[in-house]
Amino acid sequence: MGLYILELKNICKKFPGVKALDNINLRVKFGEIHALCGENGAGKSTLIKILSGVYPYGTYEGKIYLDGKEVQFRNIRDAENNGIVCIHQELALVGELTVQENIFLGNEPNIAGVIKEDEMYIKTKNLLNELGLDIDPRELVKNLGIGQQQLVEIAKALSKNAKILILDEPTSALTEKESNTLLNILCRLKAKGVTSIYISHKLDEVLSIADTVSAIRDGQYIGSKDINEITKSELIYMMVGRKLDKLYPRKKRERKDCSFEVKNLTVYDPEIQSRKVIDNISFRAYKGEILGIAGLMGAGRTEMVSAIFGVFPGKREGEFYIDEKKINIRQPIDAIQNGIALVPEDRKGTGLVLNMTVKENISMASLRNFFNFIIKEDEENSYTLRYVRDLNIKTSNIEEAVNNLSGGNQQKVVLGKWLLTKPKVLILDEPTRGIDIGAKFEIYELINQLVDEGVTVIIISSELEEVLGISDRVLVIYEGKLRADLPIQEATQEKIMYYATGGV
Amino acid sequence: MEGKLNKSLELNEVNNNKKNFNPKNFFSTNVRAYAMIIGLILIWAMFAILTDGIFLSARNISNLTMQMAVVAILGAGMVLVIVTGHIDLSVGSLVGLIGGIAAALMVWKGWGTGLTIITVLLIGLAIGAIQGFITAYLNVPAFIVTLGGMMVLKGILLGITKGVTIAPMRESYKVFGQAYITNVTLFSFAGLVILSMFFLAYRKRKSGIKYNLKQEPSSYYVKPLVYSLLILGFVYIMVAYKGMPVPVFIMLILVIVLTFLADKTTFGRSVYAIGGNLQAAIFSGISVKKIVLIVFALNGLMAAIAGIILSARLNAGSPAAGTMMELDAIAAAVIGGTSLMGGKGKVYGAILGALIMASLDNGMSLLDMDAFWQYIVKGSILIFAVWFDIYSKKKA
Ligand SMILES: Nc1ncnc2c1ncn2[C@@H]1O[C@H](COP(=O)(O)OP(=O)(O)OP(=O)(O)O)[C@@H](O)[C@H]1O
Ligand SMILES: [Mg+2]
Repeated sequence: MGLYILELKNICKKFPGVKALDNINLRVKFGEIHALCGENGAGKSTLIKILSGVYPYGTYEGKIYLDGKEVQFRNIRDAENNGIVCIHQELALVGELTVQENIFLGNEPNIAGVIKEDEMYIKTKNLLNELGLDIDPRELVKNLGIGQQQLVEIAKALSKNAKILILDEPTSALTEKESNTLLNILCRLKAKGVTSIYISHKLDEVLSIADTVSAIRDGQYIGSKDINEITKSELIYMMVGRKLDKLYPRKKRERKDCSFEVKNLTVYDPEIQSRKVIDNISFRAYKGEILGIAGLMGAGRTEMVSAIFGVFPGKREGEFYIDEKKINIRQPIDAIQNGIALVPEDRKGTGLVLNMTVKENISMASLRNFFNFIIKEDEENSYTLRYVRDLNIKTSNIEEAVNNLSGGNQQKVVLGKWLLTKPKVLILDEPTRGIDIGAKFEIYELINQLVDEGVTVIIISSELEEVLGISDRVLVIYEGKLRADLPIQEATQEKIMYYATGGV
Repeated sequence: MEGKLNKSLELNEVNNNKKNFNPKNFFSTNVRAYAMIIGLILIWAMFAILTDGIFLSARNISNLTMQMAVVAILGAGMVLVIVTGHIDLSVGSLVGLIGGIAAALMVWKGWGTGLTIITVLLIGLAIGAIQGFITAYLNVPAFIVTLGGMMVLKGILLGITKGVTIAPMRESYKVFGQAYITNVTLFSFAGLVILSMFFLAYRKRKSGIKYNLKQEPSSYYVKPLVYSLLILGFVYIMVAYKGMPVPVFIMLILVIVLTFLADKTTFGRSVYAIGGNLQAAIFSGISVKKIVLIVFALNGLMAAIAGIILSARLNAGSPAAGTMMELDAIAAAVIGGTSLMGGKGKVYGAILGALIMASLDNGMSLLDMDAFWQYIVKGSILIFAVWFDIYSKKKA
């Protein structure tokens, strides 16, 4: 056996209008954690879809060698039988089924078609134990947090005896703690001889757990480096092809009038009427400032902003003011017409209509503002093109289905959609999820520019560094209550964590 | 900033690549539409041979289009309903009811044609709106609402007609089912359609270049040219018999109007968004409930129009009219490429779907095949069409 478990030679893949992969060569060593980095739309997801049989042999050019032997996968099953299991960027669990049913979906232990529940339960329990997870195999998947679902996916992959585990941005939707659990598990698997290929835009993570890192840019292979031989800035250079000396553009600015105020907002759980998801929160947001909202997963940040926007199903009390004038928000259109925009955290679930085009998605929230029944195509085209340019959305043309864009570029479409509504108050819920480091910088610059133009920006982020990097003031929420309101000069990681975990 | 500039240049480059026409992509994306047209041609060729050409005679083609008109109109309305992710099972009964009411008003009450038509159109609109209201605002699944509606409307029809056929209709009413549009009007209509097709193609080409839009696989003017020839051929055949049947004329107008609504207005955009991802539509500030209600109301209106045409053609309000037509309408929509999952479908597809089914009906009657064969064949074609759609998508 050679040194390499997996070798890719001259892989090319074309889509109508785009050459997604252009002559990729990649070698992965036995038992290593191999990180794959690159900008949005570089071709990372496409590459691993080829590796895992999503794009079968014949739909791409080039060769794949596994253990030195050429392999040709006709479908996902083929790849799995060869020990290559992939966890894709978009989770693929069935919410209405239990954990064990999901893990064994399609491979249920059975006698003559009758499923052996007990065996399934015990096997699942063992798998979960092995991973150090305390999850009930009989729990419905939809009741698990997204982090736990991610771990269930890993358990599922292991149940298929994965030799090579591929993870496409597994931590983009996870909290730091959940990410750490996941990364620990990867290290444990490595000790057991499982090779991992791992895609992430979180470079600190990459640097801390990978053994080797490879970069691709615009579909081309740039190079591979041993992790000990590379610094973060060198890695960024490999990815984006230019130097980024700072990650957060901070500008000095004066805050002006209060433009948005929330008074005594209380929100109740839609299922348990007496439970308060948000408990009497009041705050003000000012023109010319970026207000960061920090808190742990489940603290109620998303619930709070969706309640403001009129999309939370539970009962709501409280008042909202724009420019000191009271406004009523019963449904999203009320918010939009009062100049409030919400970039939701779940782009697939609430942000986009995937089978519609880039153009149709970008104009979707502005239909009423711009068009009086008949859609003027010229206007729609030029608005869309403007945001495609401003946000560097990588798409062959604006009439491409959003589905065909890379994950990060889909996220940019959501941003463009809400920027087009010309908001006075822009609420961003995890806006840079899945966005590459260079594009993040550009988005922060864009946000700064908006703030200079007098827009109030409220940003929720699970990345503390991001909250600290761009906000002028930070609110900390813990279990639905506002715990702290810190000017950025006083905000530190420690302080925020202290309040976010219940300190007073 | 420099990076930004580079990127937009890149965008242009990518677009330039796109201009190289690749026949493989062209066919994979349009497989469905072409397969249907090829299927239609095969069916026509088969019947033409089996009937010694009678099938393709001007008279028969005129009849054929007349037969398809009612189902195509229902199918066109149904497309919008299905695109929102709902279904309407009541349109067949509604068609019958509208015919019955119209007949009762004219024959028993002595109402004039104009008043009768306005009244029944409003009734259709209202019935659709009520069902839409229950679906959208009271959250009862459309399947249940319209299944119930189907029975209720059927009951009302039987109550009104007391189970007997009411006839005859007024002469001026019969125009809607039996008259023909003759030369002058027909030619100006065809000319208008052809002109606007070229105009639209011209505009599309202009903005396509300006905004780097998805390139047409062939030159922009090939499509309108082909369609123009088809239209002229069609007009020629119509003229060779008696002219274009009024129902066909109405059908074409309605399909043009609905296509415009679906493709060029905020209303249509909202309809597709609702079916494509309900949550995203809600978050985008689309008034989902209102739109769904309007779609059902519109569908009721379409059913009323179909009801008028059918009763005018039959020259009677009959308690059995419209029976099972909801299924034909759904089949026309689905064969025409509308997905029952919602979010996807074209109004004009329903015409093609209805044409395929009417051709089967018509051809088999010409061959004197038993009615049971028609059910079997039409049912199988429906299943085949949907299977083919799924299969071709997997391949692509
Ligand atoms: N099905 C498809 N049809 C057309 N183009 C596609 C399709 N899938 C991907 N592409 C294009 O291929 C390129 C590479 O996409 P890919 O998803 O591999 O990027 P990525 O590196 O995973 O990016 P991200 O970090 O944003 O997830 C993009 O330009 C994308 O638009
Ligand atoms: Mg990706």
